[in-house]
Amino acid sequence: MTGRGTNWVDEALREHEEHAAEDATAASRAAGQAGSAGAPSDREQQVLDRIERARRRRPRIREERITMSHGAGGKATQTLIEAVFLDAFRNPLLEPLEDAAQLRVGGARIALTTDSYVVSPLFFPGGNIGDLAVNGTVNDLAVSGATPLYLSAGFVLEEGFPVADLTTIVASMTAAAAAAGVQIVTGDTKVVERGKADGCYINTAGVGVVEHDLDLGAATARPGDAVIVSGPVGDHGVTIMLARGELDIEADLSSDTAPMNTMIAGLLGAVPGVRAMRDATRGGVATILNEVAVAAGVGVIVEEDQIPVRTQVRGAAELLGIDPMYVACEGRLVAVVDDGQAERALAALHAHPLGEQAAVIGHITADQPGIVLLKTAFGGTRIVDLLVGDPLPRIC
Amino acid sequence: MKFVDEFRDADKAHALAARIAELCEPGRQYKFMEVCGGHTHTIYKHGLEDYLPEAITLVHGPGCPVCVIPMGRVDDAIHLASQPDVIMTSFGDMMRVPGSQGSFFDAKAAGTDIRMVYSPLDSLKIARQNPDKRVVFMAIGFETTTPSTAMTVLRARAMGLENFSVFCNHVTIIPAIKAILDSPDLRLDGFIGPGHVSTVIGCRPYEFIAADYGKPVVVAGFEPLDILQSIYLLMVQLSQGRSEVENQYTRVVPWDGNLAALTAINQVMELRPYFEWRGLGFITHSAMRLREDFRAFDAEVLFGVPGVRVADPKACQCGEVLKGVLKPWECKVFGTACTPETPIGTCMVSPEGACAAYYNYGRMSRRRVVEVELSRP
Repeated sequence: MTGRGTNWVDEALREHEEHAAEDATAASRAAGQAGSAGAPSDREQQVLDRIERARRRRPRIREERITMSHGAGGKATQTLIEAVFLDAFRNPLLEPLEDAAQLRVGGARIALTTDSYVVSPLFFPGGNIGDLAVNGTVNDLAVSGATPLYLSAGFVLEEGFPVADLTTIVASMTAAAAAAGVQIVTGDTKVVERGKADGCYINTAGVGVVEHDLDLGAATARPGDAVIVSGPVGDHGVTIMLARGELDIEADLSSDTAPMNTMIAGLLGAVPGVRAMRDATRGGVATILNEVAVAAGVGVIVEEDQIPVRTQVRGAAELLGIDPMYVACEGRLVAVVDDGQAERALAALHAHPLGEQAAVIGHITADQPGIVLLKTAFGGTRIVDLLVGDPLPRIC
Repeated sequence: MKFVDEFRDADKAHALAARIAELCEPGRQYKFMEVCGGHTHTIYKHGLEDYLPEAITLVHGPGCPVCVIPMGRVDDAIHLASQPDVIMTSFGDMMRVPGSQGSFFDAKAAGTDIRMVYSPLDSLKIARQNPDKRVVFMAIGFETTTPSTAMTVLRARAMGLENFSVFCNHVTIIPAIKAILDSPDLRLDGFIGPGHVSTVIGCRPYEFIAADYGKPVVVAGFEPLDILQSIYLLMVQLSQGRSEVENQYTRVVPWDGNLAALTAINQVMELRPYFEWRGLGFITHSAMRLREDFRAFDAEVLFGVPGVRVADPKACQCGEVLKGVLKPWECKVFGTACTPETPIGTCMVSPEGACAAYYNYGRMSRRRVVEVELSRP
């Protein structure tokens, strides 16, 4: 009947006991170094260290069934990917878990990626599931440093779905592919009984070619580097939420879905010191910064008042108690750039219509490895963790 | 952004912080409890403690609606949701709260129909759209949300809806505060009073705290400057040897509360003889149930619930955290066995829970943050 085994608490506690001895050893070692283990700040530090060790342990899925959290792009998704998929498929090409895999085929460096789209509603201000399916895959290729070339398109259609809607979606895909300079060269169609799907789901895969020698990747971020976002964050997620009409909030806002490949090509052409790029989709900018912090073993410090957020997005987020840093974008780049070249990178982004509001939002530091710190606009400090629950299911 | 930025002004915060620091008597330690989980959330989200001198400690109180729901009630709710043709509606906060057999999310994954709503009134819409189903609203919260549940029941009756009922878990804040004041474990210097509860009950119910226990109370708003100003007002009272109830949140809280809301509650609900609170145990006259006259809307009457009391896991110290006796990180399983993704205790679930707030926002070394600050160019 229930999702977890009846003994899930016992199980969690047993694991806890198993690690307690190891923690005790580490704690006494730390106490020896610190000299005064009794002071509250030192005890707190020991707890923090213990948590860090717990977080580094191999992730395990405790649930017996998939819940919506597993699709949210936060901690539960990461656990599912690492404990189930990565564990089974493990190979050096998959392991970096970047937006696209980099392969060598013959003499060429190829990037390959895939993504499925289940957004609800299918049509929203600024686009529809078709634009999203093309732009999302183009962007996954572009942020891995590749020039996107060819896409596949797979459709899962529900019995009864209006052909006129499908035609509209496909027309949007054609237009999006033309705008991004890619071709849709293969595809697949499946139809399932009424009630077994929600209208239309789309999967796209894409290949691109890598034409430069840069070694891009979250793990290459270094202390001192600048963190840049290419524009206002959270437009897509809030647009979708409002388009569902459940909240009775109206705002002049549309999705930011767009192909970023020409903007990224401009950036890479102008600035050799780009270290890592990510597409801030599910889980938003916050999730990406956490991925960078963990992959590179560095800290990230972000200035809240430097993050571009539209007033409409901020207002809706305040009302709903969500943080724009976690809200999905579909045409926003997060880039880690050598600090000395940050100005040039900004200039290159500002030269593209998609990057007009690009801004440096923070820096990489050697301190607090694995942690993203936010200097709040109020003047305080807090951490920005991975998201656990999912305020917005089926956002893309 | 208007109505937001003016309450988060860093310059004003610095000015207030300086005045708070001036009021600290050398060598004296101050402990203030913010009763409401909404305040806990604000404090951590904006990093407010950075502004406080070391002499002032904020203790997180029991006013987190989700945190105080005992495991047995979650089990009862899942039992209700599992009945034939039932659609359960719930606020999103409740979805991850663990019962003895898992949470609403787990029950949903296993096939029960549990839907998130933003307002209890949405449940009526669902009930009307699904005449062949029975819709049960999982009602939780302090006096802040109780009136909206009462209004929903009144609306349902006016609409003649026969397939809607409420699983009532509304609790009242005063008995919980009294339990904390009577607890020998904790010595507090004053209270940051709950803001939104007070929009309903007003400020008078806190007068016993000032009069009988000699502790100052300042009812506070939810923006960071509201809280900082309330701490300042508490410090002023202490420095002048006063203990009174003051209202910092005058833009929202009327001194006498909201009579219409109180009338609606009183029309639909009555006090239970006792109710179990997570970690605090049974507290007399601390929760509401539907009156006899509204039993047609009372899910406990219509369906019956097992009502089995489930003891908290031994290692879970939510009760001590809710009472403010333990800081979140002092709990033995904090952050290791109990995390936001697999919470054992309720305090780790809601964004208003002290453990979740600390884990998500405060889990860092203050010392190292200072070093990072100094090392920045």
